[in-house]
Amino acid sequence: MGKFVRQLLPFGSLTLIFCILSALKPDTFLMTENFMNVLRRSSVNGIIAIGMTSIIISAGIDLSVGSMLALSGMAGAYAMVAIGGSDPQGGAVVIGTALGIVVGIVCGFLNGVLITKLKLQPFIVTLGTMSAFRGISYVWNNGQPYNVPSYKYLGEGIVLGIPISVVIFVIIIAMAGFLLKYSRLGRYTYAIGSNREAAFHAGVNVDRNLIYIYTFTGLLVGIAAMIATSRTVSAQPTAGIALELDIIAAVVIGGASLAGGRGTITGTIIGTLLISVLRNGCTLLGISTHIQLIVIGMIIILAVAVDQLAQTKTRELQA
Amino acid sequence: MTSTVESDCGGTGVALRMTGISKSFGPVQALSDVSFTVRGGTVHALVGENGAGKSTLVKILAGVYRPDKGSIEIHEKLYAFDKPEQALAIGVSMIYQDLDLAEHLTVAENVFLGNEPAGFLPFTVDYKAMVERTAELAESFNFDIDPAAVVSELSTGDCQVAAIIKALARKASIIVMDEPTSSLAETEVERLFEIVRRLRKSGISIIYISHRLEEIIGLADDVTVLRDGRVVHSESVTKLDIAQIIHYMVGRELTEFFPARDVKLGDVRVVVNNLSSDSRIRDISFDIRSGEIVGMAGLVGAGRTEVARAIFGVDKKASGSIVLDNAELSVNSPADAISNGIAFLTEDRKRTGLCLGLACSWNVTIASLGLLGMKRIINPARENKITADVGAQLSIKWLSPQAPVDSLSGGNQQKLLIARWLLAKSKFMIFDEPTRGIDVGAKKEVYSLLNRLAEEGKAILFISSELPELFGITDRILVMRRGRLVGNLRTGDTTQEEVMHLAAVEAN
Repeated sequence: MGKFVRQLLPFGSLTLIFCILSALKPDTFLMTENFMNVLRRSSVNGIIAIGMTSIIISAGIDLSVGSMLALSGMAGAYAMVAIGGSDPQGGAVVIGTALGIVVGIVCGFLNGVLITKLKLQPFIVTLGTMSAFRGISYVWNNGQPYNVPSYKYLGEGIVLGIPISVVIFVIIIAMAGFLLKYSRLGRYTYAIGSNREAAFHAGVNVDRNLIYIYTFTGLLVGIAAMIATSRTVSAQPTAGIALELDIIAAVVIGGASLAGGRGTITGTIIGTLLISVLRNGCTLLGISTHIQLIVIGMIIILAVAVDQLAQTKTRELQA
Repeated sequence: MTSTVESDCGGTGVALRMTGISKSFGPVQALSDVSFTVRGGTVHALVGENGAGKSTLVKILAGVYRPDKGSIEIHEKLYAFDKPEQALAIGVSMIYQDLDLAEHLTVAENVFLGNEPAGFLPFTVDYKAMVERTAELAESFNFDIDPAAVVSELSTGDCQVAAIIKALARKASIIVMDEPTSSLAETEVERLFEIVRRLRKSGISIIYISHRLEEIIGLADDVTVLRDGRVVHSESVTKLDIAQIIHYMVGRELTEFFPARDVKLGDVRVVVNNLSSDSRIRDISFDIRSGEIVGMAGLVGAGRTEVARAIFGVDKKASGSIVLDNAELSVNSPADAISNGIAFLTEDRKRTGLCLGLACSWNVTIASLGLLGMKRIINPARENKITADVGAQLSIKWLSPQAPVDSLSGGNQQKLLIARWLLAKSKFMIFDEPTRGIDVGAKKEVYSLLNRLAEEGKAILFISSELPELFGITDRILVMRRGRLVGNLRTGDTTQEEVMHLAAVEAN
């Protein structure tokens, strides 16, 4: 019952907003095209939010994902331009995409190693790397973007009527959902987040598992970075500024606890969609982005408040 | 009781008289009809085994708990405290083992914490006055401490002095000290005694709780012995010796409570050689045979848990080796220890045992997923089946294996942790205070379980602070004192008195 209640609010709000928008703007909101648009936009954030979910379950946090997104994109696009000239195609694009993802993996690995080997708080480490990754992104091309005019496949490509980015998103949801629920690594993630000392005493190699988790998130950020680069056909050093806040909001709205030990992929996906649909709806209704910020802020607080209330009730019922 | 005893230290009447104090926590009767009298300007030692009721008694005095029955008279006036502030206000100060100081503040700030002299401007504090008055207090008792020093940079002994000055600043006439020497170095202990004597001279009464009996003989005027929540003896120290005090502390009959033991001991399974670790244990050597339950006794802080931590790879070994079934093990982490067949049931269930909030089944299988054939991918149906089976075997009461582990009672949580190590197929099992905080019925089940594990040929190290259970279930008892192994006795050939003596009295 507990789990159900926890996801009721985000899911209910999502349904509610959906109904309101359908009623108010049936001609635009209910168009398939609009849905695909919302999903496509959600894919970048959603993919990163999946990584963030595993980190938050382990009682950690990663503030550097926005900067990591910019850095991975810059690295990937740089490689494309360096190999393929001003309008890179074919092999250059493939190599660039791979490199961007590898840079994401390296960044995540670095976070994990710093956190475990220097025994620093994830908040501090990723606050530092957030700044450093952003700095490198600016320095890379003197603050200028790299343009890759023909790099459209990941951002705009379609298979069987579905955008490629959405397909990738769904595959990652399925894989991550499975790993978190059925793999030993997933199990250890919950155990470490719930009680790190107890996990250690039960033989869990805490450091190694944390490095896996942060590296996994780096991988996902790398993939998201290449999708984002492809969508704008350029890599911007300013990409993903303040993105980490949206991502953490989505994960928390989805029922994960910053104290660790709790959270699900389903919840995170609902949280991500909720924020996207809200943004989309506000835009369609002509509500300013400034008001959107207020609404999202209130939803974060409301979601967590209701969640806590539900938990207290469950505990009382058990007692 | 003791109020008629005269002492050469100039008692000034009765400082404290607690009469007929009873207190229960749920079904547990912590104190029954305890009467306790402290003369003015004396040091009164309060002794007893763990769980005898010492802490409960002084917490009632300090206003932390309210007694169910009984009265408290301080300097001949009756009081009933609802909260600690009231006790503080009339001069009862507690100095707890962990000292309760704000680490990042200075000595002076701690002394006047919550009681700061107001400064010239509103909402400000007169820091200079605080430092001056702290210095005055320190000087009047001849204490050597810098009022402007930050607490986190002081030695434990200096922290204690700061805590004592804090009590003096509140005009304490009765100071309770709970195990004040347990974390002190040898040289600091002597200094503390000197301070206690100076306090006594100025007319302050000190209630001194300690396990170290030789300290009490040298320092206290009177001693009261508690056992199972009752006063068993109260007298002037000069009329007692250590052996008598120990006799009063442990004088309890073993009952039918413990399972009959007639396990045939097999070959030596575990050999620990000259084990030392950075955390104060030195040159520990012992062995355990197949089917043998070896107990480990010692005072709090004697290093018993540290031995287990070093064996299990939690603490770094400085030297020494561990041999299991004739093979020397290389253990650098709990993961290594577990894969070599060692189990460690830690003393603090909540901190180092359970992942609270997660399912029972997850908590049971966490140490053995690989062994259970779930090295990479977990099969929840199989996991639930395994958990349900081992749960039935130990008769653990839960709603289902998927219920959160928080929903279990303490005893069932403990059995669940034992189930974890059963699944891990451990050969050498270390149990650290496995019966702490669980009810009598669950205790009995834990003893039978230990017995069964021994019958299966496992080697068991059983750490406990309760002598009766060590005598009830072990074949041999190791005694630790101050990081060293000071006794290795056959349980049948020794007495509780002898073990307590080894654990509590410095050899000369």
